[in-house]
Amino acid sequence: MAEQDLDQGKRRFLVAATSVAGGAAAGAAGLYPFAASMLPSERAKAAGAPVEADISTLAPGEMQTVEWRGKPVWIVRRTKEMLDSIKKAEDKVADPASKKPQQPPYAKNEYRAVKAEYLVVVGICTHLGCSPVDKLKAQPEQFEASWQGGFYCPCHGSLFDLAGRVYKNKPAPDNLEVPPYKFLSDTRILIGDDSKGA
Amino acid sequence: MAASPKQPVAFSGLGPLNGAMSGLLTWVDQRFPLMSLWRDHLAEYYAPKNFNFWYFFGGLAMLVLVLQIATGIFLTMHYKPDASQAFASVEYIMRDVPGGWLIRYMHSTGASAFFIVVYLHMFRGLMYGSYRKPRELIWIFGMLIYLCLMAEAFFGYLLPWGQMSYWGAQVIVNLFNALPVIGPDLSVWIRGDYVVSDATLNRFFAFHVIAIPLVLLGLVAAHIMALHEVGSNNPDGVEIKKTLDARGRPVDGIPFHPYYTVKDTLGVVVFLFAFCVILFFLPEMGGYFLEYNNFIPADPLKTPPHIAPVWYFTPYYSILRAVTEDFMWPLALGVAAYAALILFTARGCLVKIVALLVAPVVILLMKGPLAFEAKVWGVVLMGVATLIFFLLPWLDQSPVKSIRYKGPLTKWSLGIFVVTFLALGYLGTLTVTEGRTVMAQIFTFIYFAYFLLMPWYTTMEKTRPEPARVTM
Repeated sequence: MAEQDLDQGKRRFLVAATSVAGGAAAGAAGLYPFAASMLPSERAKAAGAPVEADISTLAPGEMQTVEWRGKPVWIVRRTKEMLDSIKKAEDKVADPASKKPQQPPYAKNEYRAVKAEYLVVVGICTHLGCSPVDKLKAQPEQFEASWQGGFYCPCHGSLFDLAGRVYKNKPAPDNLEVPPYKFLSDTRILIGDDSKGA
Repeated sequence: MAASPKQPVAFSGLGPLNGAMSGLLTWVDQRFPLMSLWRDHLAEYYAPKNFNFWYFFGGLAMLVLVLQIATGIFLTMHYKPDASQAFASVEYIMRDVPGGWLIRYMHSTGASAFFIVVYLHMFRGLMYGSYRKPRELIWIFGMLIYLCLMAEAFFGYLLPWGQMSYWGAQVIVNLFNALPVIGPDLSVWIRGDYVVSDATLNRFFAFHVIAIPLVLLGLVAAHIMALHEVGSNNPDGVEIKKTLDARGRPVDGIPFHPYYTVKDTLGVVVFLFAFCVILFFLPEMGGYFLEYNNFIPADPLKTPPHIAPVWYFTPYYSILRAVTEDFMWPLALGVAAYAALILFTARGCLVKIVALLVAPVVILLMKGPLAFEAKVWGVVLMGVATLIFFLLPWLDQSPVKSIRYKGPLTKWSLGIFVVTFLALGYLGTLTVTEGRTVMAQIFTFIYFAYFLLMPWYTTMEKTRPEPARVTM
């Protein structure tokens, strides 16, 4: 074929299209192993075992913290007054009926708990992951004059009541997460596992 | 093309050694563009003769960069990027490594110094219109440097593995969690674990000591190459290349070396004096440069009662915190008002179409049945607040570059913007109260208004004519 018969425009287009497509494919294939290496390792994935908490020494009105999957889990033994404060906070919280799936089905109730006396929640703010501070007593606070008791996040000012429900108009969008858990006996809670039997 | 034969280099000043030095320089220059680099970037780079105080900070930023790299290299000789050893290794540097405290404090003070000089450098650009045509790319490279610096500061702050390190990283990584759909997986990928852990520390170390610095150095080179291609702006905002002498050199330009190398040396001396005062007497700067909580080892179960990022991030942090659910109505109204402003007063047809298409979508995503949560918008606004600087070359429509010839609207706007930036920064260091949130929300509006209304106020106001040549 003679030189002048060549369609130079078409040739340039095909060369460019092949280079771009090939380059993109090679680039993606080359990057993938590096990107994948940054995912959680098998060891990190295996580290999520359930933990057991002994609550025999937990006095009414007090709180204890256990570590589960590197996060704090709070166990609060709620008194009668504390449980009443949850009802009083009804119109202040954003999701009073716990409609959002922030808890296992068995904790989707008024007190967000298996046993009303014990609150078990992951102590990580649903906003940006700080751990809120416990302000369990009902008393006027700097952040809320008519404070009924609950949790205050120091990072961005989100408030939670004693059932871990988030107050309206705060940066945190959701109630605190209730982890899967079950009572092994009256004084022992298994966090991270709610399977029936055995 | 064949390289033109190079002339022998003449050298004087070393007495009997002149001949040997000239020979050596000639030998190198015939193999490497030594003399042309020297001429193009120093001896015959013509900078405007009217540089003032504000022109110290670019050079100082380079000095601090060198300082950070040098101190960083020596810190890595003793530091251990391991969650179980990191905190102790930093204390080891502070107590047991000979002079380790000095190197560490130089590095931590240098981080804040870097942001001080860079913010002043950026303010200079805002004042004199240094981002305007033909310097848009200089500005964009500069903004990319600023983003790299923020990444560098963020990754570096995790390394001492103190309480602030840990919870700061936790909060920032969780920002990505807020993104719709990909958020949760993305934040796990960044951390390399389900919580901030050893894996996170190790990779942040890699980013901090090698990945980001390499990008940073490349960007600094690009920033300066672009600058030397078009030439420096100056406080009058007029192009010195328009008035050339018989030899083709700018009449109002002076060789960078020796004029500005000498001037900058003075700046370096004054800067190092202030730097040393902080380094030796106030290395933590009352908790602003190194927060007290960071002298407590990281505890994943307990957030310190008051956490705030280091001062240079607090303006953006304030914007993040300001976006609550009841701020969404004012925000949506603001977007609607801005779209209306474009529709009724903008000249371009394209912007009107874009406004007409984008505004309803944004408003629906702010307040509507499918609206994102306020948290998502907080993250988006914080991101936009940092990235909006990129648009400055196109937002500023004034016929003049420098604030000296702009009208009162620009002067007031810039003044109010500086106050807003400082106020947001101050609020970001405090705990949240209702009153402070309202203030942060008002300042957030002003912050964005400064940029978004710029095409209007820079064209509405009456400017003064630019002089033909620079004034002293």
